[in-house]
Amino acid sequence: MPDAAISVQALTKRYGDTLALDGLSFTVPAGKTVALLGGNGAGKSTTIAILLGLLTPSSGAVSILGHDIVRNHYAALPFLNFSSPYVDLPHRLTVRQNLAVYAGLYGLRRAKDRIVELADALDLTRFLDRHAGDLSAGQKTRVALAKALLNRPRVLLLDEPTASLDPDTADRMRTYLEIYQRATGATILLASHNMPEVQRMADWVLMMKGGKLMDEGTSDDLIEKHGRDNLDEVFLAIARSDGEDAT
Amino acid sequence: MSLDRIHGEVERRAGSWPRIWAMVMRYWYLLRGSWPRLVEMLYWPTLNVLLWGLISRFFQGNSSYVAQGIGVLIGAVMLWEVLFRSQMGIALCFMEEMWSRNLGHMFVSPLHPLEWLAAMIISSLIRVVIGMAPAVGVSILLYHYSIFTMGLPLVAFVAALTVMGWWISLVITSMILRYGLGAESLVWMGMFALEPVSAVFYPVASMPAWLQPVAWAMPSAQVFEGMRTVLFQHRFDWHLFATAMGLNGLYSLGAIALFRAAFHSARKRGALLNVGE
Repeated sequence: MPDAAISVQALTKRYGDTLALDGLSFTVPAGKTVALLGGNGAGKSTTIAILLGLLTPSSGAVSILGHDIVRNHYAALPFLNFSSPYVDLPHRLTVRQNLAVYAGLYGLRRAKDRIVELADALDLTRFLDRHAGDLSAGQKTRVALAKALLNRPRVLLLDEPTASLDPDTADRMRTYLEIYQRATGATILLASHNMPEVQRMADWVLMMKGGKLMDEGTSDDLIEKHGRDNLDEVFLAIARSDGEDAT
Repeated sequence: MSLDRIHGEVERRAGSWPRIWAMVMRYWYLLRGSWPRLVEMLYWPTLNVLLWGLISRFFQGNSSYVAQGIGVLIGAVMLWEVLFRSQMGIALCFMEEMWSRNLGHMFVSPLHPLEWLAAMIISSLIRVVIGMAPAVGVSILLYHYSIFTMGLPLVAFVAALTVMGWWISLVITSMILRYGLGAESLVWMGMFALEPVSAVFYPVASMPAWLQPVAWAMPSAQVFEGMRTVLFQHRFDWHLFATAMGLNGLYSLGAIALFRAAFHSARKRGALLNVGE
């Protein structure tokens, strides 16, 4: 097994009386794509926020590329990035300005070339000089993806990376991510409610519920293990189960 | 090009300056792209100078206090604008990130909160210069009063008030970071709460005795007393300036500690991702 790019051990997050994460442990091998699945309130967003250093865990250990995220997340930040349709980029800046600012924050050389390259790859060239706030939801999703790829991250955390995209564009984005991963050996942690996307992209699937890891495996293994026809049905079975055994 | 080589290059450029500069550019793009923001920045200082210039003209013939030194009111209003604009400069940069819900992206990048603070301070200075330039011009053209006649002490006054504006905005932004956009009105209210005890237009001695210690605890009151000493007695009171800077240093340390605590608390609560009302 390759080295773990992401390692999460006994992670707990408590908000007052609410337990958002309950002793979560998993690893993501370097160069692989792992999907984090679960219904609303399962703890996916909390997990991602902790991995990004935006949220402090109550207890547990998290490391990314060998850097302890809880004690010093700044050491890992130059090598990771994320995209989420729920976190905006400044609306009153153009797409080009937004990307230029983030290129600066990541200390990129030849930032202009990189912006042009990404705009071309993600079909954003004609929107580069439009204000981010004037874009459609799908266009914003692509801009967020461009921002996430600016620094050529070794670890990419993607929260619903193809939300609001039409099937054709979504397919092209997935293909681009796959090409990027093959070319760079990057590690991807993917949170998505799009099961065909997960089946296509993920080497491994983590099923969460109530802040706990309920099951894990390849998509095919999980479908077979739970005796279902597809990953959607596995997801529903786990989401609607009352606890230990969803099979 | 391999990721190792790319990230090696990035690491070599890992000093703070590129990140600070990127954030300064972020605020510059915003300002450049919005003429209503630019007009608002120029409008209030100019309007205040126009108004206080007229009041000064009237009082020059009717008040022995104003007659003692030309510019005691116009100079005061301009210095007050320096304080107010430097506070607003930082607070508005901060609010822009809150309004655009951009904190999540910013703090997933290698940007450190103190680098962000440095960028906001630089942007605030740019805003002060842009905002004050027409007000100074109007005062010279219409009232034949140049604030520059104060000479070098002006530099000291501007420096002390600018630093005061920074720490006040740090306190306010810490409150917003802690309590969300519900506390947004503090940005506009905060400075006006301090104006009565800053002795901008009247001496501290004219204030009620119980309020005077509060005024002397304000760096702004020391500065405005110092300004009047320059205008009335034509001398620079080093003691007042040193006290103002000493108080500024003390309050700045407190404000930085408060900001760090608020940021730490925001990370604990997940507010960097979900900041809002």
